[in-house]
Amino acid sequence: MSGSIQDTFFEECEELLEAMDEGLTAVEGGDHDPEIVNAVFRAVHSIKGGAGAFGLDELVGFAHKFETVFDEVRSNKVQLDTKLIQLLLRCSDHLADLVAVARDGGSTDEEHHDTLIAGLEEYLDEEEEELTFEPMGLGGPAAPPPLAIESEKNYTIRFQPLKEMFGTGNEPFFLFQALSELGDLKVVLDESELPGFDSMDMAESYLAWDLELTSSEPQSRVEAVFEFVEGLCELSIASDKDDEEEAAALEALNAAFGADAGPLGSGLPEVTPPAAAPAEAPETDTSGPFEAPAPAEEVKVAEAEPVEQAEAASPEAAKKEQRGPKPTLRVELERVDRLINAVGELIINHSMLAQQIANLNAGDMRDVETELEGFKNLARDIQEGVMAIRAQPVKPLFQRMARIVREASSATEKQAKLINEGENTEVDKTVIERLSDPLTHILRNAVDHGLEKPEDREAAGKSRVGEIRLSASHRSGSVCIEIKDDGAGINRPKVKQIAIEKGLIPENAELTDSEIDNLLFLPGFSTAKEVSNLSGRGVGMDVVKNAVTGLGGRISITSTPGKGSTFTIILPLTLAVMDGMVVSVGGQTMVVPITSIVETMRGSDDMINSLGADGTLLSIRGNFVPICDVAGALGLMKPDDQPPGVYLLVETETGQRSALAVDDIHDQRQVVIKSLDGVCGNIPGVAAATILGDGKIAMILDPESIISAGGTAGFDTERRMSNAIAS
Amino acid sequence: MQSQAEVNMPDQEVKHALQSEFVSFTVAGQAFCLKITQIREIRRWSPVTILPHAPADVLGVMNLRGAVIPIYDLSARFGLQQTEASERNVVIVVAVHGKPVGLLAESVSEIISINPEEIQETPQVDSRSTMEYIQGIISHDDTMVRIINLDAVISAPEQVI
Amino acid sequence: MKTKVLAIDDSRTIRNLLAATLEEAGFEYHCAVDGREGVDMYAGVAPDVVITDINMPNLDGFGVIEELRGTDINSKVPILVLTTESAPEMKARARDAGATGWITKPFDDQSLIFALKRVTGAVA
Repeated sequence: MSGSIQDTFFEECEELLEAMDEGLTAVEGGDHDPEIVNAVFRAVHSIKGGAGAFGLDELVGFAHKFETVFDEVRSNKVQLDTKLIQLLLRCSDHLADLVAVARDGGSTDEEHHDTLIAGLEEYLDEEEEELTFEPMGLGGPAAPPPLAIESEKNYTIRFQPLKEMFGTGNEPFFLFQALSELGDLKVVLDESELPGFDSMDMAESYLAWDLELTSSEPQSRVEAVFEFVEGLCELSIASDKDDEEEAAALEALNAAFGADAGPLGSGLPEVTPPAAAPAEAPETDTSGPFEAPAPAEEVKVAEAEPVEQAEAASPEAAKKEQRGPKPTLRVELERVDRLINAVGELIINHSMLAQQIANLNAGDMRDVETELEGFKNLARDIQEGVMAIRAQPVKPLFQRMARIVREASSATEKQAKLINEGENTEVDKTVIERLSDPLTHILRNAVDHGLEKPEDREAAGKSRVGEIRLSASHRSGSVCIEIKDDGAGINRPKVKQIAIEKGLIPENAELTDSEIDNLLFLPGFSTAKEVSNLSGRGVGMDVVKNAVTGLGGRISITSTPGKGSTFTIILPLTLAVMDGMVVSVGGQTMVVPITSIVETMRGSDDMINSLGADGTLLSIRGNFVPICDVAGALGLMKPDDQPPGVYLLVETETGQRSALAVDDIHDQRQVVIKSLDGVCGNIPGVAAATILGDGKIAMILDPESIISAGGTAGFDTERRMSNAIAS
Repeated sequence: MQSQAEVNMPDQEVKHALQSEFVSFTVAGQAFCLKITQIREIRRWSPVTILPHAPADVLGVMNLRGAVIPIYDLSARFGLQQTEASERNVVIVVAVHGKPVGLLAESVSEIISINPEEIQETPQVDSRSTMEYIQGIISHDDTMVRIINLDAVISAPEQVI
Repeated sequence: MKTKVLAIDDSRTIRNLLAATLEEAGFEYHCAVDGREGVDMYAGVAPDVVITDINMPNLDGFGVIEELRGTDINSKVPILVLTTESAPEMKARARDAGATGWITKPFDDQSLIFALKRVTGAVA
């Protein structure tokens, strides 16, 4: 079985699991629309069908039980109550696990598996229970014959179609042809029962065939040929070497057919397949009931028509596609990424070209510049188009989160429901993938630490069921993801106390509410007295923050005591390009993301105020903002002793402002982000790199981490700097 | 760490076919070499972009046809003095773990053909930081040429900084 | 002329499996993703045989059979029902609607081809 088809299966499983989850979530929400129930049934059914093809027995077995219960629901034999819905939800989670195990290996919790099976079986009749899954197609007879060499046998077959057969598209001729592949076949048409022309009933069946087959195939194989017409004909099969087994099988077959193994007709015109017998039938009886035995003609029709119809088909097909869901094209991600890289190069190429033309100093360049501008716009269009290919709705991600909340609430004995909003918001595929872990953690945290126990909620005048709202929206070139719970809010005195105990802040620190809230993101912070087995897991919110900043995003938290907390994640729309301000720092050209810059200004000496031993503040219209020397924070030497003259005013997520001191500002442009993953490890203060118009690489800075690294900068780099400058 | 693949093919008759070509170059005045198949290209030195907080033997990164590749100072890597990089120096681009990496050397000398049996094990000496990076030595025109163990010089990217 | 198969199944996995098996065996393969599309495509493709799933959105396999059988000119095309339902009543229901035969999922290459031969006479 081809691996790629199996890949398709697992891909499809993801979609089916999503559809199943979506349906179940709707059902959970009270929507018992039969079409939704049907859709869930089909999803499970398709998983089972595909899994069967790859021999994934455990998956097939579970899906079968699951599906059967759903079938009962579908046919209203079982009522959808809360208990069943909860069971189905847990089963859907388990089914997802089984798919994952089938794909990635490993194992699932057997006890859990058995509990769910037992739960499902409660809804099934005993006899339904016995329904086993047939592992092979056609129930066996069509399977290749046993390898044992059989001696040739002479089969005598009497075949008389009932009129019912003609509505099913079964053709005696084709059956004979299939038989003739098993050995030597003689076909004799018995038309003795044909009535006179006058008394002919169009719908009746009058013809019968006597066949003699010489074959070494076992009788079961011969019988298999007639599988589809079982019950639609009178059939008898006898062989000259009936062994007991075959006799018994025949008996059973005949009993099933209710057919009599009558004597053969004789003295009839003898014809041999393929064409003669069927072709003659309609001729001897032009208005006969046997439209069927005219395969030669029919094949012709089938061959001739498509020529015309194929042409007619295309506009029709086009029309059809506009109905239903929008047509889509499945493309390997790698191809898209190659395209994205190429477009990135194109943008770099444009800026190189622009720079070289600017350096030419050749008279009137307006025409060239206009064309160059057009080039730039086209490149941007292509780039946006390509990025749109990678954009995907957050819906599947959000839907997976329902399970997280479900599991978290059952583990903590809390009641929670997740409400998703803005599911159709589109975000870069990689961003979606890498958001899964942080979101999982935040949601677990929200259930574990945010929501109160049902009785506490009741006492506080809230509904017993806590509500977590997960929303996504586009906000001025960024994606905003919010996780909002209606729990108790952050216990600020406690948070502050813990931070002091852990030495994260000095004892006498005066912090604003917002600053206290954001202490949660400090490494090593955990408010749980004991590490709960849920949101504990050795991961703190600092890891969440790192994951988000790793995506070029920011995260913040706001909280109202008694009302709940809100996590806000702001992410860039794309990971491939960004608008940056090109600056020089310590003699190096670097890029600062525009999104983090509030304003830029040239400073003069009188704006700089010392504070303490080495702190400096920049006074801006009466406000004092701490100055952060970027070169120092990055461990670079300044080209000379003069203080940098240019400041970039940036605002951190906590609303704290800082003035980044740089040597100079050059311009503002779109830059292509080149990841430094695999080139070097994580560099504090540096988010990624880019290639500038002159082909040189420039670091893209991460202002937040520069500010936090500001105090600890300046080690061990002088030697290398002198080295690089000397070169 | 010792001469690995190169030494286990002693059959005299096929030895000519087994000759390997090495590119020799100097680093801090000493002769080193790499198998020619390990080398992707050799470029003249041009100033690199500094990586903040990088260790002394990581000079920075450069643009190799759109890819960002790190450049190491081999001399510093071997625990010798740092190279004052200039136009006369070369960057040897090699692939380590499938990723291109640049190595700064003083200059490239020549291509030499070596029979596997000419490769000698590295005698034990005190300088451990050098020893780790040498997988064998050969004598060529009366000079000792050190065969660099590339995997040891450039460990997995995560460990670089 | 290759024997033309129109497969109707909402599962991409099954469609791919059918495509791989049938194309390998020398059939001309066409597919539709649900019953409605299958019926719509029918005239354009003019298949020699239809293979249809039972559980599908928009129009299920029974509906497909009824619509195809309901149109006079189409009434004779062999229709094989492809389904995981191995229950006899499902086969009976399919046949009452006018199905020619059935293939039980999961199918193997040989049984699929064998079934096709018996209803189309195709020598693939």
